Amino acid sequence: MDFDYRRPARVAEAVAWLREDPEAKLLAGGQSLLAAMKLRLSEPSMLIDLQDLPELSGMRAQGGGLWIGAMCSHASVAASPLVKQLAPMLAQLAQGIGDQQIRQRGTLGGSIANADPAACWPAGVVALNGTVCTDRRQLPADEFFTGLFSTALEPDEVVLGVQFPCTQQAHYIKFEQPASRFAMTGVAVAQVGSAVRVAVTGLGSGIYRWQAAEQALQRRLSPEALQNCVLDAGIAMGDIHASAAFRAHLVAVLTRRAVQHILKSSKV
Amino acid sequence: MSVKPLVPISLQVNGRPVALAVPPSTLLVDLLREQLALTGTHQGCDTAQCGACTVLVDGAATKSCNVLALQVNGARVLTIEGLENADGSLHPMQQAFGRHHALQCGFCTPGMVMRGVAMAAEGVPAEAQAVSQALCGNLCRCTGYRGIVNAVCEGLQHMRAHAPGGAAR
Repeated sequence: MDFDYRRPARVAEAVAWLREDPEAKLLAGGQSLLAAMKLRLSEPSMLIDLQDLPELSGMRAQGGGLWIGAMCSHASVAASPLVKQLAPMLAQLAQGIGDQQIRQRGTLGGSIANADPAACWPAGVVALNGTVCTDRRQLPADEFFTGLFSTALEPDEVVLGVQFPCTQQAHYIKFEQPASRFAMTGVAVAQVGSAVRVAVTGLGSGIYRWQAAEQALQRRLSPEALQNCVLDAGIAMGDIHASAAFRAHLVAVLTRRAVQHILKSSKV
Repeated sequence: MSVKPLVPISLQVNGRPVALAVPPSTLLVDLLREQLALTGTHQGCDTAQCGACTVLVDGAATKSCNVLALQVNGARVLTIEGLENADGSLHPMQQAFGRHHALQCGFCTPGMVMRGVAMAAEGVPAEAQAVSQALCGNLCRCTGYRGIVNAVCEGLQHMRAHAPGGAAR
């Protein structure tokens, strides 16, 4: 590993350095990037550490919703009374990522910019229809994620944070790969306004919206509404941990359980 | 391949200020073990899974194999060597590990102890289930988890009884 390391004091500085050196990479918490670098899967010539940028930190109620800065750690989101109050699903999702040591350093912004096909955050951002705010534009979640480890971000673009709507009617549940605690598959179900959204992670090719389930749940938010919904195993990938058919099966089970959880907690 | 210039770094390690210069690729675990000779922090898997390299950075448990030294520039780092009291007596968490025979080969122990110490400030209850869950980022390949969990529970009780606020030092 041989690279320069810099810490910008302003977002514009980070953007300028990215333009200057096309091989430079942004460093958020580094919990995926450093591991990838050790394996030589990534060999940036420069790491631009974003930890000093105030625009990327903090959580606040804003515009009728919840703002979470890109550099907020999973642990800080999980522990935030504000998040628990406005969008409890996100606190619960963040608490389920990796282990406490990973959660202390890994960040929301790092996770969504990396767009690992088995990561938890993309499911939460897509199900809640969050808006990804960058140094130059606002991207709806559906436009932000474009596939396997890929996003709509320009090479010199910096994620500032995500704006979420407030909702109690949402739940994320994952079937963990027991060693890595990544999602073998994970499903986030959310009712935002009158729309129901179902976002699936862990199928192998990036975040997936299960529209058949969304339509069924839109008609009636109940596990029974999903009775005839079968996810085509053709859209899933198999690996040593689980076959495509098993993953597709899991998605249906987890979706049902997420709906059950929403119904149960809204009765309380 | 070009050699990048050394970058100055200053941080506090176990209460003492440290200032030196490192290659940017230096991991925190390597800074501790190789530059500062603090070999109590163990490097197990080097893939951020086993937790043997766990240290506290500004009070938060961190896997030192998965963070660059420069990322914690200016921070307070606490390692297993910094736990004992000024009079040389062991920290309550270390004492509890001794009492419960909470180690077999001992390789994972420094990480387990540091993880246990960090739990005090996180508000982890001193109960077996909560502690087991909070320990999920630390692996013991001797699989002697029962003693470890019991020791952490007792260590947490002692820390909270003796330190107002129960926070990690």
